[in-house]
Amino acid sequence: MKKTAFLGALTVSGLVAGAAAAATLEDVQERGNLNCGVSTGLPGFSAPNSAGEWEGFDVAVCRAVAAAVLGDPTAVEFVPTTGQTRFTALASGEIDMLSRNTTWTFSRDNDLKFEFVGVNYYDGQGFLVPKALGVTSAKDLDGATVCIQTGTTTELNLADFFRTNNMDYEPVPIETNAEAQQQYLAGACDVYTTDASGLAATRATFETPSDHVILPEIISKEPLGPLVRHGDNEWGDIARWTLNALIAAEEYGITSANIDELAEGTNNPEINRILGTEGNLGEMIGLDSDWAVRAIKAGGNYGELFERHIGESTPIGLARGLNAQWTEGGLLYSPPFR
Amino acid sequence: MSTLSEPPKESFRLSMLIYDTRYRSLTIQTVAMILLVLMISWLVSNTVQNLENLGKDFDFGFLGQRAGYDINQRLVEYTSQSTHARAALVGILNTILVAFLGCALATILGVIAGVLRLSKNWLVSRLMAVYVEGFRNVPLLLWIIAIFALMTESTPMPRDFREGGDASMLFGSIAISNRGVYVPAPVWGEGASLLIGVFVISLIAIWAFRRYAHRRQEATGDILPVFRVSLALFFIPVLLTYFAIAFANGRTEQAILATGGEAGLTLTEYAESQESLNVCLIPGTTTALNLEKTLRGADVRYNAVPFNDEGQALEGFQVGDCNVLSVPATQSDPIIAEAEGGFAPVPLVETIRRGNALEFEQPYLGGFNFDGGIHLRNSLIALWLALSLYTGAFIAEIVRGGILSVSKGQTEAAYALGLRPNRTMNLVILPQAMRVIIPPLISQYLNLTKNSSLAIAVGYMDVRSTLGGITINQTGRELEGMLLLGLFYLVLSLLISGAMNFYNSRVKLKER
Ligand SMILES: N[C@@H](CCC(=O)N[C@@H](CS)C(=O)NCC(=O)O)C(=O)O
Repeated sequence: MKKTAFLGALTVSGLVAGAAAAATLEDVQERGNLNCGVSTGLPGFSAPNSAGEWEGFDVAVCRAVAAAVLGDPTAVEFVPTTGQTRFTALASGEIDMLSRNTTWTFSRDNDLKFEFVGVNYYDGQGFLVPKALGVTSAKDLDGATVCIQTGTTTELNLADFFRTNNMDYEPVPIETNAEAQQQYLAGACDVYTTDASGLAATRATFETPSDHVILPEIISKEPLGPLVRHGDNEWGDIARWTLNALIAAEEYGITSANIDELAEGTNNPEINRILGTEGNLGEMIGLDSDWAVRAIKAGGNYGELFERHIGESTPIGLARGLNAQWTEGGLLYSPPFR
Repeated sequence: MSTLSEPPKESFRLSMLIYDTRYRSLTIQTVAMILLVLMISWLVSNTVQNLENLGKDFDFGFLGQRAGYDINQRLVEYTSQSTHARAALVGILNTILVAFLGCALATILGVIAGVLRLSKNWLVSRLMAVYVEGFRNVPLLLWIIAIFALMTESTPMPRDFREGGDASMLFGSIAISNRGVYVPAPVWGEGASLLIGVFVISLIAIWAFRRYAHRRQEATGDILPVFRVSLALFFIPVLLTYFAIAFANGRTEQAILATGGEAGLTLTEYAESQESLNVCLIPGTTTALNLEKTLRGADVRYNAVPFNDEGQALEGFQVGDCNVLSVPATQSDPIIAEAEGGFAPVPLVETIRRGNALEFEQPYLGGFNFDGGIHLRNSLIALWLALSLYTGAFIAEIVRGGILSVSKGQTEAAYALGLRPNRTMNLVILPQAMRVIIPPLISQYLNLTKNSSLAIAVGYMDVRSTLGGITINQTGRELEGMLLLGLFYLVLSLLISGAMNFYNSRVKLKER
């Protein structure tokens, strides 16, 4: 009896251990939905709208992957994560991918064992202060109280910035963006610092956004992008090339308006390969030939998503800047679909 | 001769393991043990396997790496250049601080509320009932957040304390702001060690006197005025020493010397004549405190150039590290007389006091915040108050139960002997009630300590937030970090319960 129980335990442990390593793609397809980690709420990037549906620039990446893999952009289970919980959620398998303005860094890639599949927003860390303080430069912030989200790169940059400039500050650690906003508006901190895009998004929700300024200094590089666990390359490739498809679609002028027409076949072989009318790229990543069509149709190409969620016509009002296509002087550059 | 024959020897059969009560319990225990071992080995092997699949190893080396993040409340020195182990230590001390403060306040609140709930005064006992029920029955987290929100939303910002603002400091020295409460900080001056020595000696004297009084009462029945004597011993020697030191050197005048100016200028005039004001001082001394107070009073901008002792500061002044220095008035003339070369110090109009054995540094408004004094952050206050009020409600019930457990006959007997009510309480009721109170009190202390990990809700940097939060997040060492965290709480809890059990064994009824 002892022997069987032991063997039983061994098999069970083998099974459980095995499950973690199994292909994420199969898990997702079997489950019928994608578990995608997002923020707890950052307007424009990931936040539930008035109907309770998740919406935003980061959310759109999740939807595109769900559309490519499952054929349904709504088959996503959004899991809100904080700066501190996001990596544990991903490493433990609670989520299949994380799309939550997360900065690609060396140690997250190699020490935390994650795989960044690309960059969907090139950003940098900025400072938000009330105009009434009369501060015009981050160098004037000696002695200030700074609201800072814990478990972020911005927390480390902040420490470095103040140390190298020989200034003092009082950090007020907070968990979520909503909490930061409340503390900042109550005046419990003089400054709120995080990714400049996040500052713009946060400021847009203030009652009087014009009473607050983002200081000119950008103190770090924050390439934000979606990520998956190390070790499942097939799944990483799907996420990577879905993002690339969105970027390439903008470059080649594939929009949600003309995609149906283009999907019938064009005389541009690159477009044909992306949309699956030529070659067998879909097969190579374990999907069907229409995968990219569905991904792009989910919300439009990169440019459309940018304009809709965070672009200059929205209250957040971010300019394309570094996030323009390489052909327009920006950094977006999708490798060829070939 | 014995005719008894040996009972037939029963041979052992396997089924007896189940059907024979002599063996059954052994069987059950063995099976349970095997299952337990299997379960643990399964958990361990599963963890090892999963870590391997993730490509992670099990290693505590991260503790020696640079932490890189800052912590606002530090009881020991720490910068972002320190290691993760150091960050964990800062967190541990913060946890212990709030747990200690919480246990102390909770006990006070609990005892008061517990006794008052038994009061014959209807209003008082009802009020205490409302307190106990209100705090016991609402989740702790809500109280923490509610108190924190109250403190940040309803108190003024530091800049409201500026001239023209609508906030002002309590007694001119305590600032209650939405970033915390700033209180004066003690600064030890000359003669401080003597003062502290005297204080320690009076504490020992109080203890010795109480022992003596107790012995005497046991032997003769005479009662000495213990309370009044203790009170006198507590205050009088220390105050006398303080004033003696103050008289001897506290009023000593200090001149303020400056270089590169004319004699007879005031600080403000001198500051205007110079490009910048660099002040040689020894941080943490009462002289530096008084000098900086005077500088701020004159409303001049200055840089502090820190030195370790007066000799070095004087040298620094002579070689031009700074242009302002304060020296005892008696030394000022020799320094001026001995000056040679381009170095020509002159005294300014202002003088300062050298300072007493104990001075207080008042908080004052700096650029963005209050500087100086002790900063009690709102996160600490909210966590401390919420933990104390919540646990105090439970302790109140424990105290009430303890008192009620002493039979009424004891009180009546004490009264019959002519004991006054407060003596009855102290000598008859409480010693007996203690036996009942202490064991559950231990678990309340343990609860409070562990509940302090709710610090995360208000951003208090306890060990859960440093080691168990940011460090884990930056290094990805969840398993190692959580194990260490668990170990810490385990050790702390065992220490608390060990100490309390020791106390309990001393107060509990001795059976002779
Ligand atoms: N890019 C940084 C910071 C990311 C971050 O936490 N951003 C904040 C503010 S932009 C956020 O998304 N908060 C949303 C939330 O609180 O859930 C990182 O990866 O560490």
